[in-house]
Amino acid sequence: MAWITWRQHRLTLAGVGVLLGAAAAYVLVSGVRMHHAYAAALACHPASSDVCHQVVNDFFNKYASDAAVAAGLLHVTPAVIGAFAAAPVLAREFETGTFRYAFTQGFGRVRWTIAKLAPLAVLVTAASAAFSVLFSWSYEPIIGTRGYGPGPLEPSVFDLRGVTFAAWTLAAFAIGAAAGVFIRRVIPAMFATLAVTAGLTLGTGLYLRRHYEPALVSTDPSIAPPDWVLSQSWTKDGKPASLFMIDGALHPVGVQALTLERFQPGPGTPDNFDPVQYLSHHGFTQVTTYQPASRFWTFQWIEGGWLLAVALILVAVTVWRVRRRAT
Amino acid sequence: MNVVETHRLGKSYGRTWALRDCTLAIPAGHVTALVGPNGAGKTTLLNLVVGLAVPTEGEVAVLGGRAAGSPAALDGIAFVAQDTPLYRSLTADDLLHMTRNLNRHFDRSYARGRLTELGIPLRRRAAKLSGGQQAQLALTLALARHPRLLVLDEPMAMLDPLARHDFIAMVMTAVADDGVSVVFSSHVLTELERVADHLILLSGGRVQVAGEVDDLLASHRVLTGPTAEIDRYVDRLDIVHARRGAAQANLLVRTSATTDAAPPGWRAHPVGLEELALAYLREPGAAALPGPTRGDNIEPLGVTP
Repeated sequence: MAWITWRQHRLTLAGVGVLLGAAAAYVLVSGVRMHHAYAAALACHPASSDVCHQVVNDFFNKYASDAAVAAGLLHVTPAVIGAFAAAPVLAREFETGTFRYAFTQGFGRVRWTIAKLAPLAVLVTAASAAFSVLFSWSYEPIIGTRGYGPGPLEPSVFDLRGVTFAAWTLAAFAIGAAAGVFIRRVIPAMFATLAVTAGLTLGTGLYLRRHYEPALVSTDPSIAPPDWVLSQSWTKDGKPASLFMIDGALHPVGVQALTLERFQPGPGTPDNFDPVQYLSHHGFTQVTTYQPASRFWTFQWIEGGWLLAVALILVAVTVWRVRRRAT
Repeated sequence: MNVVETHRLGKSYGRTWALRDCTLAIPAGHVTALVGPNGAGKTTLLNLVVGLAVPTEGEVAVLGGRAAGSPAALDGIAFVAQDTPLYRSLTADDLLHMTRNLNRHFDRSYARGRLTELGIPLRRRAAKLSGGQQAQLALTLALARHPRLLVLDEPMAMLDPLARHDFIAMVMTAVADDGVSVVFSSHVLTELERVADHLILLSGGRVQVAGEVDDLLASHRVLTGPTAEIDRYVDRLDIVHARRGAAQANLLVRTSATTDAAPPGWRAHPVGLEELALAYLREPGAAALPGPTRGDNIEPLGVTP
């Protein structure tokens, strides 16, 4: 049976290999360059001098935005693997009618389904796990450095590192397998896999992940990345301060408050003006809701855990469906 | 032993019953033709027999009481589906290798020998084979498992007369050599008599006729006589179907001890299988379910002809 799985899906596996291989090559090359540049920036001596500050600043300006773009593109990888490697496995059998051959052999259709899905799932999950180790190493310099780059919990990088990238790949694979058995046509099943996986990724990043543990609330104005800042607001005399109040308080120095977190200096604003400090001195307190960066591994295991559960449930549903309804 | 036994078997898709109240026994060692118009439930019945479909109601057992679709059942049944679906990108040799891997028994030298005889190149992809060759390849894969029951769904629908002849010859060789039981569905009636010795006629999801061909032929006759006289005999004769011409009528009648003699002025002829099947297909209300070989574990039917 292993021979059959290999014979029928070697092209798919080669495709996954090429996709992850190309991404890995890019991440490796840019990672090596980044590590060299970072080592050079850190070697600057004395570290507290203006020149060295400038060198470090230049390093982040040069690499952080590139890394963010690359990371954004890498987010689609699990969905693509699910759509191309998993969705057709069963959908093609139903679409071409070959399930009538495959499911009536002595091997049995439940065993056949498991013997196909399990090795493919293990292979793509292992490949993406290896890939995320590489990614984690490569982007180490720019993740989690205070004041620069994205924090480790931020949606742009969180699910590319640790255990979650592999878990997302496995979940997308299971979504693809289930789409294949329920939709029974290759192209619609692939699109459904892409849509569901993308929706789940977005929903998790935007709404779900921040609730894995109760967020911390602090009035410490220095809270900033790498901690994951969820929201900031202002209070005065124990009551919430409106944007109108903030704007009014900043009016004498010519600063306009665009939101509670963004301030636009005007022509009359003094140089090096710090609006947060200014507002603090005028009786306002900044309240920050955030997830500390130290929760990275807790969050990784929570997300990895529920994704694994979702994947197992979907595979079980897929097998149940194959068992119940083949025609 | 019965290779197929069903008891009040039914399968519905949504609100539509594809097959209903189907009680059958197909004894081993027969070539059974399953005939009926399109939509009669032939494919549904075969899917239930090979375990591809799960019954909505009733029971289906194969190979002497094994649950359809169970590992023990799949082990002894080979199925060639309608339009003989094969993995198009695989070569004949790959397909042999695959089928061998998916089954406990696979006679590779038989399969290779057959394909060589048939002139099917082992290295050619299934997609590049002609329709006839694809059907032959699918049949070879099935027969090389040396099944006890071979199930064929409309095996000859896509074949030209020559390929159909070769296909039938291959099946009949396996019947003679291996003693394999065969159940095949068809809406081609012309070659039934040469191939089948057991007939099941489905109509509108129900079994209309079931029995051994010899018994069916012996228990039916065609009577030819004046159309004007039909009404006099309607009560006396067990008429399945009457074809009335202007002067002369043909009646297909079931014979029995009391109605054996042809009425005066009428001539009796033996009936052919095709004619018999057509007569029943034209009279969906008539049924012939003698059930001479019904299995012990199946209750007698309450159906009256």
